[in-house]
Amino acid sequence: MSGGTYRVIGTRPIRHDGADKVTGRALFGADVRLPGMVYGYVLRSPYAHARIRRIDTSRAEKHPGVLAVVTAADLPTGPDRLIDLVEGTLPVSYARANVLARDKVLYKGHAVAAVAAVSRHVAEEAARLIEVEYEPLPPVLDVLEAMREDAPRVLEDLRMREFGELTDKAGNIGEHFRHVLGDVEKGFAEADVIVEREFRTVMVHQGYLEPQSATALWNQDGRVYIWTTTQGAFSAREATAWILDLPVSQVRVTPMEVGGAFGGKIRVYLEPVAALLSRKCGRPVQITMPRRDVFEATGPTPGTYIRVKMGARADGRITAAQVWMAYETGAFPSGQCGFGAICILAPYDIPNVLIDGYDVVVNKPSTAPYRAPGATQAAFAAESVVDELAERLGMDPIEFRLKNAAREGSRRADGLKYQRIGCVEVLEAMRNHPHYRAPLEGPNRGRGVAMGYWFNIGWYSSCTISVNPDGTVNLVEGSVDLSGTRTTIAMQAAEVLGLRPEQVHPVVADTDSIGPTAVTGGSRTTYATGWAAWEAANDVIRQMKQRAALLWEVDPEAVCFEHGVFRSGDRSMTFAELAERLEETGGPVIGRGTVNPSSAGGSFAGAIVDVEVDPETGKVTVLRFTSVQDAGTAINPTAVEGQMQGGSAQGIGWALNEEYYWSPEGAMLNSSLLDYREPTALDVPPIETVIVEVPEPEHPFGVRGVGEANIVPPPAAIANAIYRAIGVRLRQLPMKPSAVLEAIWSKES
Amino acid sequence: MTREKVRVQAIVNEQPVEFLCEPRQSLLECLRDILGLTGAKEGCNDGNCGACAVIMDGRLVNSCLVLGVEAHGRRITTIEGLARGAELHPIQRAFLEQGAVQCGFCTPGLILATKVLLDRHPDPSEPQIRRWLANHLCRCTGYDKIVRAVRKAAAELREVRA
Repeated sequence: MSGGTYRVIGTRPIRHDGADKVTGRALFGADVRLPGMVYGYVLRSPYAHARIRRIDTSRAEKHPGVLAVVTAADLPTGPDRLIDLVEGTLPVSYARANVLARDKVLYKGHAVAAVAAVSRHVAEEAARLIEVEYEPLPPVLDVLEAMREDAPRVLEDLRMREFGELTDKAGNIGEHFRHVLGDVEKGFAEADVIVEREFRTVMVHQGYLEPQSATALWNQDGRVYIWTTTQGAFSAREATAWILDLPVSQVRVTPMEVGGAFGGKIRVYLEPVAALLSRKCGRPVQITMPRRDVFEATGPTPGTYIRVKMGARADGRITAAQVWMAYETGAFPSGQCGFGAICILAPYDIPNVLIDGYDVVVNKPSTAPYRAPGATQAAFAAESVVDELAERLGMDPIEFRLKNAAREGSRRADGLKYQRIGCVEVLEAMRNHPHYRAPLEGPNRGRGVAMGYWFNIGWYSSCTISVNPDGTVNLVEGSVDLSGTRTTIAMQAAEVLGLRPEQVHPVVADTDSIGPTAVTGGSRTTYATGWAAWEAANDVIRQMKQRAALLWEVDPEAVCFEHGVFRSGDRSMTFAELAERLEETGGPVIGRGTVNPSSAGGSFAGAIVDVEVDPETGKVTVLRFTSVQDAGTAINPTAVEGQMQGGSAQGIGWALNEEYYWSPEGAMLNSSLLDYREPTALDVPPIETVIVEVPEPEHPFGVRGVGEANIVPPPAAIANAIYRAIGVRLRQLPMKPSAVLEAIWSKES
Repeated sequence: MTREKVRVQAIVNEQPVEFLCEPRQSLLECLRDILGLTGAKEGCNDGNCGACAVIMDGRLVNSCLVLGVEAHGRRITTIEGLARGAELHPIQRAFLEQGAVQCGFCTPGLILATKVLLDRHPDPSEPQIRRWLANHLCRCTGYDKIVRAVRKAAAELREVRA
């Protein structure tokens, strides 16, 4: 169907939840109010690494207004299994140890106990009365130090997986993997120019504005009801049930409106704790994280050490690339290094590749995905080296990339052979954009470019569509709507049904009310749930053709449907006219769609950025920014642009401002929104967008997810722009004023 | 700590209200937990994100930094008080039409900030808009479509006034 002329797809309707979002009526996690509801507070570790000797909750329990206190002693010790979280997996034993520490605390902020009381203030007062006796242990905070044999052990039971097999090697390395294409030695021998550099990035946070909040009711019939800020109702159900050692069906999760997530709201932190408190006091319990806890105790994204060596011939062809990369995963393994390895060289067709990757645990919060998890750090390294190679060869950085660009049939480092991809088209759109050709005058100004990739995820989604007698439809889906996917999914159904977008009423349902649907993550929602909606809509049409056939006394195959009208011979009926006659032709029509695509066509993004560097202060100002991305088919261009602009702004923040500052003891020193500097409206320029459309070959409308690849290029593009502005290459994030100044000074000396 | 509650009388969204609050409770807590007005959001509770902004006597305030008892005798507008009956306020409509809303969590604060800005400066420049909105974090949009929405709303409101 791709390539056709669409009536709905490609338009910019007002989103279905719009009125609720601008009137304050939309209900987010902390807006849940239930009869008899009480409030929880979580007591957290002041140490980055310590053994828990004793917990005494007796004074807290006696505090007036307190209804329940829980510790890890209240958690079951059920069997271990793997929770699949789309962008990563986590053994339930680790998930359980993360929600309430049992023997050891593994990072500052690790939960050790929780209180439910009549108000948040009383709960907090009582939590301070809990006595915890710790035996502090030396923390390990740096990824390379953690890899040393004599480093303090974060997890005593951790054994390294190597090349896919579990070994008996104890230490802090969760996984070591390797990707090989061709022969790098041979490739480097063919090269005329070789560049080898090392790069460092530090832990950053997704920085969503809404803190995590969960409300739980352990009902007297044994069922557990959860209302929460999750990206995935079903994965939250599974994780909560397994942590509590319950059958999944005993838990119902109602996903609330989510105030930003970006990968950080897939894991559960509060849900099982609120449930345990509710079981003890028999009332609904709501826990909302203070901002400090969001920084210290959710899942930021890993800091990294990456070494990249690349060689190219004088004619501009890259002959070999070798990468050694280590990611700090925080307290538990996370697998993000593996994603980084898939993405790091993805824009290029390189015959000889060797990648060694390491996932390493340290005494920091357990890391979680952040928009194209692992790829931004990787691209910062690789795209800086690519830029340097182009410069050494005297080639334009976009022409050099085009000469080596991955295309259909190219192999990714992990072996996958690309289907139709839009890498070349994105690069061409960058080259042809007026921004790239515009003069950039004045001292200390420079222009940089970079590419980025995210592989995107398919996975399972469910959707049902019921026909209303007035000719509209209700669409029930399992995908949490983070940014307007109710509308992009409804638009795909509307296109099939010949309806206007506003004639489709989308509902995001709880886990009792719709079939399983994987999390809103991996740029999969408009792709996979949109596909399920397409199937459900086609199911509706199939059934309605039968109804028309019944009325007209013809064969269902003799009925056709186009632009909202059923026809057979010279007879015709609109969708609305037939919808009115369902009762007399057999009853309600409900369409059903379930999909489980094993993969999705990846998305490439590029950035062009102009900066000005103040050589006195080291401050970098972004003057102009253009984001280019392959959307496959842009269902709602406004939403696609919004994703591109949002990802670009996050990438700018990651590049220039954002970082976790640590004390030597492993305490985060800037756990507030004042000290952790997210970009404001003054820190980013108007972000220009160019949507490239190279349809994904499998999806009925050619959709590629667009949520993630856009965050990948900015740090590298800005580093390359800074080099062109002042002649120094920064190889550490963030490129904050002090780092820029130091780089200038070391060049001068 | 004393838990004796204090009686507060105020005008909230044009209606007189009366409530009891603890001296330590912020205006944000009073709005959300006592008056049921959950449109104001808690993003940081220390005045650094703007998600809880409301209008008090014509000024934009972070309601997490105002004590509930300080609201006594004041006139307060929250996001719930902006629409007129079944009609959205032009600022609300502009935010929707320009795609300035993604997750919607920062939106109530931003819309009220825009209201105060446009009440004082009917035709603000882009730098003026960006400086005014810099008190409000938005992590989803990159601000571009928000700035456009403010300009659109400004133009529309000028037309209404003319």
